[in-house]
Amino acid sequence: MSASQPHRSPLRPSELVDEYFIENRNRVIEIAAFLDRLDRSDPSIADSDFRVMALREALAVLTSGTTNRVHDIQVLLSDPTTEPLPALDRKGAVGAWDRTKGGR
Amino acid sequence: MRYIDHHAHMASRTTDDYANMALTGCVAVTEPAFWAGWDRSTPEGFEDYFRQLMEFEPKRAAAAGIQHYTWLGMNPKESDNREISIEVLKRIPKLLEGPTVIGIGEIGLNRVTKNEITTYTEQVELAATLGQMVLIHTPHLEDKLKGTRITIDVLRDFPSLPPGRVLVDHAEEHTIEAILEGGYWAGLTLYPQTKVSAARAVDIIEKYGPERILVAGACDWGPSDPLAVPRFIAEMRRRRHDEALIHRVVFENPFRFLSQSPKFRLPAGVAEAAAAQAG
Repeated sequence: MSASQPHRSPLRPSELVDEYFIENRNRVIEIAAFLDRLDRSDPSIADSDFRVMALREALAVLTSGTTNRVHDIQVLLSDPTTEPLPALDRKGAVGAWDRTKGGR
Repeated sequence: MRYIDHHAHMASRTTDDYANMALTGCVAVTEPAFWAGWDRSTPEGFEDYFRQLMEFEPKRAAAAGIQHYTWLGMNPKESDNREISIEVLKRIPKLLEGPTVIGIGEIGLNRVTKNEITTYTEQVELAATLGQMVLIHTPHLEDKLKGTRITIDVLRDFPSLPPGRVLVDHAEEHTIEAILEGGYWAGLTLYPQTKVSAARAVDIIEKYGPERILVAGACDWGPSDPLAVPRFIAEMRRRRHDEALIHRVVFENPFRFLSQSPKFRLPAGVAEAAAAQAG
């Protein structure tokens, strides 16, 4: 329905890298540091906490070669069910759906 | 560059924030009624809050040279409480007559419970019946995809509510297509962590174009930024987008959407000056 047209950035690919490389280099290192921190605390948490499990799956998407990485990671972290909750369980979301509950 | 922030919870912010928003080009805000971070215990508590939005905030905004409008409704976080929701909804029609009340919002879902859906549906029906514009909150994080789908399903049950008068807010990469394809306006709310960053908002504009897309700070009592829209403008410039495109997103689009309410007016000459400034 949208008649809108994409508006690509006028920046050339190399200019995009120049502009955004350092901050994204930092983000990757921060994630690595977070995972190392968890390992120092308890190496088994990566296989027991559904949020960390989801994060590791998301990291795999980054290197999967897809061109829709943000969308795919958003879906991966989302509740895939369609039925409403029968009652309020808690006030807020936690950032990843607990797939150990089943559902897909 | 002048801009309009369609989603700002100014009741949670300081007068300095109004001043800083004005200094960065903000000419108008619209403030949806929302959750205070704790549950109110009575319908009268909501009435007092609505009075703050209708009477006090417009004065604080005006002191900084900003127009203030509001949306009223039962917010998603408290909408699971049916007893209070029913009482609050009884009060809404009369309050909608207020001179700065431009529609029903922010309504929608939080954890996507049956009660939340019932309260949301009742408010959509109220908007359809009364010919009101609607601002819809979509759920956070892992609940967003499911909640947005159900949000749109309910809207489709009310064909008398024109999609062009509905803003589905807090859109992200995995929900924006469904919102735009439905003919609704999509809001991108710029948050430090939990919603869309300025860089990702620019990505979305680059991918889908500016048609029916709005950006806002949605600043509130939590980690958020009342100057998020100027930071979005800066990010657009960092990508070398032209001023006319930026103006379209931060001024023309919200002006076009909000002006569907006859109550939404800017001081004479502001829209023309903003357009001239953007070239």
